Amino acid sequence: MGWMRKDLLTMRELEAGEIVLLVDTAASLQEIATREIKKVPALRGKTVVNLFYEASTRTRTSFEIAGKWLSADVVNFSASGSSTSKGESFIDTAKNIGAMSPDVVVVRHSSAGAAELLARALPCSIVNAGDGAHEHPTQALLDLLTIREKKGHFEGLHVAIVGDIAHSRVARSNIHGMRKLGMTVTVAGPPTLIPPFVQELGAKVSYRLEDAIGDVDVIMMLRLQQERMTAGLIPSLREYAHYWGLTLDKLARHARPDVLIMHPGPVNRGIELAPEVADGPYSVILDQVSRGVAVRMGVLLLLAGRKGGDGG
Amino acid sequence: MSLLLRGGRVIDPANNLDTVQDVLLADGKIERLGRNLAAPADAEVVDAKGKIVCPGFIDMHVHLREPGDEYKETVATGTRAAAAGGFTAVCCMANTNPVNDNGAVTDYILAKARVEGVVRVYPIGAVTRGLRGEELAELAELAESGCVAFSDDGRCVMNAGLYRRAMEYTLPFGAPLISHAEDTTLSRGASMNEGVVSTETGIPGQPAAAEDVMVARDILLAELTGAHVHIAHVSTVGAVRLVRDAKARGVRVTAEVTPHHLVLTEDAVRTWDSNTKMAPPLRTKRDVEALIEALADGTVDCIATDHAPHALSEKEGEFDRAAFGVVGLETAVAVLLDRLVRPGLLSLATLIARWSRDPARLLNLPAGTLAAGAPADVTILDPDAETTVDPSRFHSRSRNTPFGGWTLRGGPWMTVVGGKVVRPRASR
Repeated sequence: MGWMRKDLLTMRELEAGEIVLLVDTAASLQEIATREIKKVPALRGKTVVNLFYEASTRTRTSFEIAGKWLSADVVNFSASGSSTSKGESFIDTAKNIGAMSPDVVVVRHSSAGAAELLARALPCSIVNAGDGAHEHPTQALLDLLTIREKKGHFEGLHVAIVGDIAHSRVARSNIHGMRKLGMTVTVAGPPTLIPPFVQELGAKVSYRLEDAIGDVDVIMMLRLQQERMTAGLIPSLREYAHYWGLTLDKLARHARPDVLIMHPGPVNRGIELAPEVADGPYSVILDQVSRGVAVRMGVLLLLAGRKGGDGG
Repeated sequence: MSLLLRGGRVIDPANNLDTVQDVLLADGKIERLGRNLAAPADAEVVDAKGKIVCPGFIDMHVHLREPGDEYKETVATGTRAAAAGGFTAVCCMANTNPVNDNGAVTDYILAKARVEGVVRVYPIGAVTRGLRGEELAELAELAESGCVAFSDDGRCVMNAGLYRRAMEYTLPFGAPLISHAEDTTLSRGASMNEGVVSTETGIPGQPAAAEDVMVARDILLAELTGAHVHIAHVSTVGAVRLVRDAKARGVRVTAEVTPHHLVLTEDAVRTWDSNTKMAPPLRTKRDVEALIEALADGTVDCIATDHAPHALSEKEGEFDRAAFGVVGLETAVAVLLDRLVRPGLLSLATLIARWSRDPARLLNLPAGTLAAGAPADVTILDPDAETTVDPSRFHSRSRNTPFGGWTLRGGPWMTVVGGKVVRPRASR
């Protein structure tokens, strides 16, 4: 099937076939990273704007590299020092950027729904690079690409997502994507970090790390934002690390020997992940990062190449 | 000067009346009701055949925004919106700038209303100075200046000790305290109901318990003090249960519900339209069903719009940063006629009672009846009018409605205040 959508906003709205198309496209572009000259002319003459309202290093850089390897002109617009600090509204900023005729706008924003707002306001393609606690589809896609490479398939796999599910767009996008591909998802964390009715999204729930990681193919550890403590959601980092931190010892005692350890980054070493786990043989964290560039190339290619003839 | 409303179906719940007859208004009062009344020489005669003639509708929960936020609404535009929507009186909340926490501000609002208002305006005074929840406003002066109730609406008086004292202090004034029931420690940071939609969208949610906890507290304080507490905009099945139980025990508690909480659920938030964002938030189907039942059986005493005008710039952006609230004056009657009365969820007579007799009673207003001698405030409905809600044609200065584009059957046709027509018949 071909790609028909103007935007990539959520995993929830995609069909399984569309997800596989995105993953396949990314897979086919991976070898560009191994070339001596990492550039193909696919998006020559196309403009990609990275519109980042939230601090981000890896996602923004990943999109920037992806765009450049495809020969697009990539412009970074970050909120600090720009018109937003002069009181311009999100919609006004968006319309101004839209008036400069970009082909793709990649948006990261702390408000859920911001990418959708932008997609309605602008005629160009929008990629959601994270909107509040809502969705982060390219992260889910790079997770899926990594999993398929390591496990060879999706159907029947079981994934545990561990940590602050309530505030995680990565968890939401992965739950939607994985469920559509026939995978089982268990979310785990203290009840204060599990959102209500998450079962209705198709996830199972566990309140004990040891139970959650027992019989899974993949463990995805989420970053714990330190402000969750001041909000009264957890008593202390020390207690969180003790009960919810993944250590070699817990892995050896409870997890399967072929389990994959994933993390969307940046890692709080010693809190959700012991350093030996983050750097250990189970970990595919850096594979995720390199797959991220391929996924974003694939997304830009499918979106920007949608109408033009030079997108192949 | 008199006005003869000829041949309408007169529904006056205060007098158990539902019959086709004429209504004669003279000198600002209801003169008499009867069949084939002779028109006095000076009378303007209105052919009300096929229309429904009711006591004037009262919206006891409106934000007119004046003084201070005239870019959102004024007494002039808000009362025009009220007249267009079929209301003959509105009660305006105290969260203006400056806050209506002293007699001078009340005087200002009433002076504006006399000069520019087209329907009756009854101010509601603040409970606490500056709505800060720290010390009592000058409640006696507010009552004497004409405030018909007290409320920090928009904010909840979180200090139970202070709220208890407010209830006691206002006992002699015969004016209720109106509670915006929201425990802010449970609702902090939230933009919608906590539930399956907040989990899916990632929009921070507040649980129904944020409202229920405060309704329970206020009922207990009303029981302690003997005060009359009115719960504004109830939205949860739990709040309904608490009010029902309290009424059965004889506690002086009353409640209102908004049109949007009666016809919309949290599912509407999936559109990301910030006109689905208000406090309290849209809840679940179960809550809506409980609210309709409570309105029908009288647990909820009246309907009020919580008309909350905001400028486009305050509503068009990110959902979690958008202002809370929606306008309601110009859509309320049509929305409920179409969505509650037409499908048989609520009788027409009950709808009329909850908008006229009942708010008048609980606020001790000289209104809500078509008895001879009562003020000549009359709302006339056209049960067959078909309209499509077009916010660009609102009389309100603001456009923030969740009902834009809805096609509705039945609506206000004419509004009469003090014997004078303030809404010309729809030109169709």
